[in-house]
Amino acid sequence: MAATTTTAAAGPGAPSGRLLIANGRLIDPSQGLDGAHDLLIEDGVVAAVLDREEVPGAGERRDAGERRERHEAGERRDLAVLDASGLVVAPGLIDMHVHLREPGQEYKETVATGTMAAAAGGFTAVACMANTDPVNDNRSVTEHILAEARRHGYARVHPIGAVSKQLAGLELAEIGEMIRAGAVAVSDDGRPVMNAELMRRALLYARHFDVPVIQHAEDLDLSGKGVMHEGEWSTRLGLAGIPGAAEDVMVARDLLLLEDTGGRYHVAHLSTARSLELVRRARRQELPVTCEVTPHHLLLTDEEVARTVFSTQCKMKPPLRSERDRQALLAGLADGTVDAIASDHAPHHADEKDVEFDLAPFGILGLETTLGLCLDRLVRPGVVSLSRLVELLSTGPARVLRLPGGTLRPGSLADVTLFDPEGEVTVAAGAFLSRSRNTPFDGWKLKGRPVATMVGGRRIELPRRATPLEPAV
Amino acid sequence: MTAASPVRWTREDLLGIAELSPGEIELVLDTAESFREVGERPIKKVPTLRGKTVVNLFFESSTRTRSSFEIAEKRLSADNLNFSASSSALAKGESLVDTALNLQAMAPDLIVIRHAHAGAPHLLARKLKAGVINAGDGAHEHPTQALLDAYTIRRHKGRLAGLKVAIVGDIEHSRVVRSNIHLLTKMGARVTVAGPRTMMPVGIERLGVEVAHTLAEAVRGADVIMMLRIQLERQGRMAIPSIKEYFELFGLTSARLAGAADDVIIMHPGPMNRGVEIASEVADGPYSVILEQVTHGVSVRMAVLYLLSGVHEETA
Repeated sequence: MAATTTTAAAGPGAPSGRLLIANGRLIDPSQGLDGAHDLLIEDGVVAAVLDREEVPGAGERRDAGERRERHEAGERRDLAVLDASGLVVAPGLIDMHVHLREPGQEYKETVATGTMAAAAGGFTAVACMANTDPVNDNRSVTEHILAEARRHGYARVHPIGAVSKQLAGLELAEIGEMIRAGAVAVSDDGRPVMNAELMRRALLYARHFDVPVIQHAEDLDLSGKGVMHEGEWSTRLGLAGIPGAAEDVMVARDLLLLEDTGGRYHVAHLSTARSLELVRRARRQELPVTCEVTPHHLLLTDEEVARTVFSTQCKMKPPLRSERDRQALLAGLADGTVDAIASDHAPHHADEKDVEFDLAPFGILGLETTLGLCLDRLVRPGVVSLSRLVELLSTGPARVLRLPGGTLRPGSLADVTLFDPEGEVTVAAGAFLSRSRNTPFDGWKLKGRPVATMVGGRRIELPRRATPLEPAV
Repeated sequence: MTAASPVRWTREDLLGIAELSPGEIELVLDTAESFREVGERPIKKVPTLRGKTVVNLFFESSTRTRSSFEIAEKRLSADNLNFSASSSALAKGESLVDTALNLQAMAPDLIVIRHAHAGAPHLLARKLKAGVINAGDGAHEHPTQALLDAYTIRRHKGRLAGLKVAIVGDIEHSRVVRSNIHLLTKMGARVTVAGPRTMMPVGIERLGVEVAHTLAEAVRGADVIMMLRIQLERQGRMAIPSIKEYFELFGLTSARLAGAADDVIIMHPGPMNRGVEIASEVADGPYSVILEQVTHGVSVRMAVLYLLSGVHEETA
């Protein structure tokens, strides 16, 4: 196991004592649970999942007090109770693809603000990419990120190390040392591993540590100077296009390499119908491939750039794709091809985005909008079930990265997310806890709201400055 | 405008043709007609925009369009001010938004902007109170060019509806093409675009045009042929192997005009590359209206400046 509680930091240690999260709808895809269960936590670890229907006198409404007495029978009397009526109780959500920008670009985000945003968005853990300054291509940077997370974190932080030194794509980074220091995967994200030979070596070498190689699949020659998806809308707007093939040829190449090397390969922010189909076919051949998609690729298309008249909040890599691609991704969520929803939280300063479309940096925030967007736009219309969403946001990413979370099995870490699937909110970028504001979803009215997170049984208290998602008026 | 006029001009900016209605397009063309005569007077000046300030903000080099706007502004008696990329603060690292806000502080009435990046005029329009005229943004739009092209066509053909217009060249990188496609299709013309497949943007047919891959096919029956400048510097080296080969495939010569309508007119937005996309015999030949386009550019830009200045509202 690469990540343990000691490497996955989240502020002060687990509290002692017992907590009952009562009256909620407990959903844990790892155990096939979705129903009226209470969760008992002891000393930061899940002690039991208690079935409300099976206890004596089932069917008769009881209050938390009665249950408390029942659970306390013969035990210590320091049981705290959290009433989760109307809420979903889920294994802590994990965003397996974020950019915390620390070290080096603290004006965009820090470990502290990024994990604050995570907690506000319902996430108990994030995996952060290596394209910091200096690059996380050696253990000292990995250790620095983890130390920051221990000191200031509001969620667990799992660093992802670079594949190549300086992300230069020329020679392997010290992957073994980074993994030993606590990294959970390797990726040059922000850039692809363009060199096929380096990718082959990375897949082989990463096998020593049983970690996935995460690829930002983009053929840079094909994407060229492109700034949005190549199609009718790039043609209308006169913006240089990034063809879907830029992603597809990379995924196809890597899957061929993977056949020879073995190991684990993960496609970051997969965005096209064809790449998804390549992954689906590879799965059938039992190749060890996994993939993630982002909320923005699931909910927006290239037309959004035109609709918003060149809004730079619609500029990211991969670009917002065609409606056909979007529909394929939705199908991939439903049929199980997609392993995880990850936000690719990419903070940029407002000044950097307030420029000509061509000149703006790629990337948008995600941590504080993902859960609400998914509940409102994926679960409510029936694209996926609530249970499948929890799988995509928790159990799935935990499985891909082999993290200790993603489950509420007795004995596992008590990382828990509580959310209100009926809570109405309006996205207000101005009130984000992230240091940045770059989102295309500002002003969206959503039904579905994170309520609380617990990391190792400890409830995460956020600064009072602002609620990340202000209640709708 | 009087109540009898079917269309009132209500826009504060002219950012593209895509958003204009046929009525608005006709209004500009009709207004241009009334300004044409000013250019034929011995004293080519009217007091229409006296006291108005127009800033010409050219972030990309331009001779024709910029001179045309300047002359139009002067003929309307506006005070004008020119910024070019080399002299502007942008060269010193100032952002477009800051440049714009600084200009705004001097309270201009209109800003004419030419910029290498698509959407730059739209960014300005969002930030500024002044009206913004797009004088070409990247490969996106060049609305006054399309309007002057339409004006020129209308002068010769008396109409736009039903005409067959062929546009030939680097379709992918041309803002002139996009504005012309929007305008001509809105006005009922049939547009065929032609050029190497490597210069044809994905989904162009969704804009309501036919796509031809040979010059002969495009020229056949054409009432209007518009040739576009081939810009090797925009293409890298992968779109066409050589200028020589391009001319062999798509260069317009007298011989290749066979098949076009007898009264075909040949247009070019300039600047021309003689012997690259067009032979001199055609550029200077009897069907060419290329220099007329330049003349009409002034009238059309006077019309646009007039309509956007709001003067017509003040005097209504």
